Amino acid sequence: MSEKKLVEEEVNFQKSDAFNLTMIPGAFARKMRTCVIWQFIRFLIINIKMIIVVGKSH
Amino acid sequence: MARLVVLGGGVAGHTTATFAAKWLGSQHEVVVVTPNAKWNWIPSNIWVGVGQMTKEEVTFDLAPVYAKAGITYHQAKAVSINPEGAESSDKPFVTIEYTSADKAGETETIEYDYLVNATGPKLNFGATPGLGEGSQLGEHTVSVCTADHAVHASEKLNEAIEKMKAGTRQKFLIGTGHGMCTCQGAAFEYIFNIEHELRKAGVRDMADMKWISNESFLGDFGMGGLHMKVGGYVVSSKLFAESLFAERGVDWLIGAHTSKVENGKVEYELLDGSTGEEEFDFAMLIPPFAGVGLKAYNKAGEDITDTVFAPNGFMKVDADYTPKPYAEWKASDWPRTYQNPTYKNMFAAGIAFAPPHIISKPMKSPNGTPINPTPPRTGMPSGIIGKAVAHSVCDLMTKGDSAHLHEASMAEMGAACVASAGKGVFDGTAAAMTVYPVVPDFEKYPGTGRDTDYTFGEIGLAGHWIKHILHYLFIYKAKLNPGWTLIPE
Repeated sequence: MSEKKLVEEEVNFQKSDAFNLTMIPGAFARKMRTCVIWQFIRFLIINIKMIIVVGKSH
Repeated sequence: MARLVVLGGGVAGHTTATFAAKWLGSQHEVVVVTPNAKWNWIPSNIWVGVGQMTKEEVTFDLAPVYAKAGITYHQAKAVSINPEGAESSDKPFVTIEYTSADKAGETETIEYDYLVNATGPKLNFGATPGLGEGSQLGEHTVSVCTADHAVHASEKLNEAIEKMKAGTRQKFLIGTGHGMCTCQGAAFEYIFNIEHELRKAGVRDMADMKWISNESFLGDFGMGGLHMKVGGYVVSSKLFAESLFAERGVDWLIGAHTSKVENGKVEYELLDGSTGEEEFDFAMLIPPFAGVGLKAYNKAGEDITDTVFAPNGFMKVDADYTPKPYAEWKASDWPRTYQNPTYKNMFAAGIAFAPPHIISKPMKSPNGTPINPTPPRTGMPSGIIGKAVAHSVCDLMTKGDSAHLHEASMAEMGAACVASAGKGVFDGTAAAMTVYPVVPDFEKYPGTGRDTDYTFGEIGLAGHWIKHILHYLFIYKAKLNPGWTLIPE
């Protein structure tokens, strides 16, 4: 009998009913959160969005 | 020469005083009364609380900054306001009590032409038995509300980490210490920063982590939650928050009024009326906020505190305080100018103004215990309100009583919020969010109450970089360094 593959990001689903009923990011989404190149792009985009909101609020 | 007195030197008070001093020049006098000798960039207290910053990095001395700005500074707390003056004079005045070491306990009166109340909150630890006495933190839990509290929290966290390294499991309980708390965001940041530090220390598997909160759903944040566009969907912050908690293995208990704190244990009541207990080894529970307890007296010396202040101690302004059911709440209930309706030369800014009602849907347990977050009025809204009030007061002082008052309704302004989920140049993360407007306007934006083109959120390293840059940017601005007026609130 072959062992089931352990998918690290999916383990928490079984820890509680509350955890089981939400969404948990997969490995790719987690990796992108700390990928410097991608996050630098996001940094620019988020800053532009925030500046727009700040501008609308003054 | 006219005199503006600003009570409080936090985000709102400091913004009001420094802009007023700049715009008024030497033609008029600006006075600040604040009990603190140091200015504190409170959002970074989270990092002090996990040992990633020192107290010195998040604070600086106010006296030299105010001296540079030409602001008269009294290290004192305001005790009372006499908006009609006294029998001997019509000139309104405030009574202050010094807190500086050289004059501690001495009282003095300061006359004013205009007054801005930006006293911020009283940290009402005493509202929950065992959480503390009055505004003093108790012995069973820690806090990150002040820089000193955060230093203490960091020491306790280190002790807990050492115990885990020695093989003893630790239970962490973070959240709100009362059913009427606000500032869930600070607790949210703290629990995930602790989780991040425990991973770095290699002891995460020795920790049980639990969130306890008065929110009726995760992600309410005192704003009734928010909806944002993610991946082509418009999703509730509930899903966003629950996802992060599940991913990081943090359990949650919501709709909870913490009714009692003891050594290693809290008692709570839930929205369904049930009660329970939760044990802990380390707990950080945010206290509820109240007004600082300012009194007000009329010319005859009679107590008119109820006229000037709401029952919770916050100052009445141009909001619609008519009691009405949730279904009838409107964006127009919220104040625009922050002028006191009775005494037109008084304003309130930041946490010190009395909101017309909460933002989240009001909730009560079957036992009648209110369990819902109170509205946040910190950070960007505080700064914007402080600047608008400074504009109004300056115009009144220079153009006369008919001058146009500037407006900054929380139902028409947005807010940018960056909630840290762990500090690190390459492995840190934060939830970067904007919300527009802060107070939902269901007449203008049917459905979510907000403009989903300008309400968004995402977690990542970019958010951490932004929060870290904002730390230096806002301290630079608060020190009135060159170009400080170019940095938005």
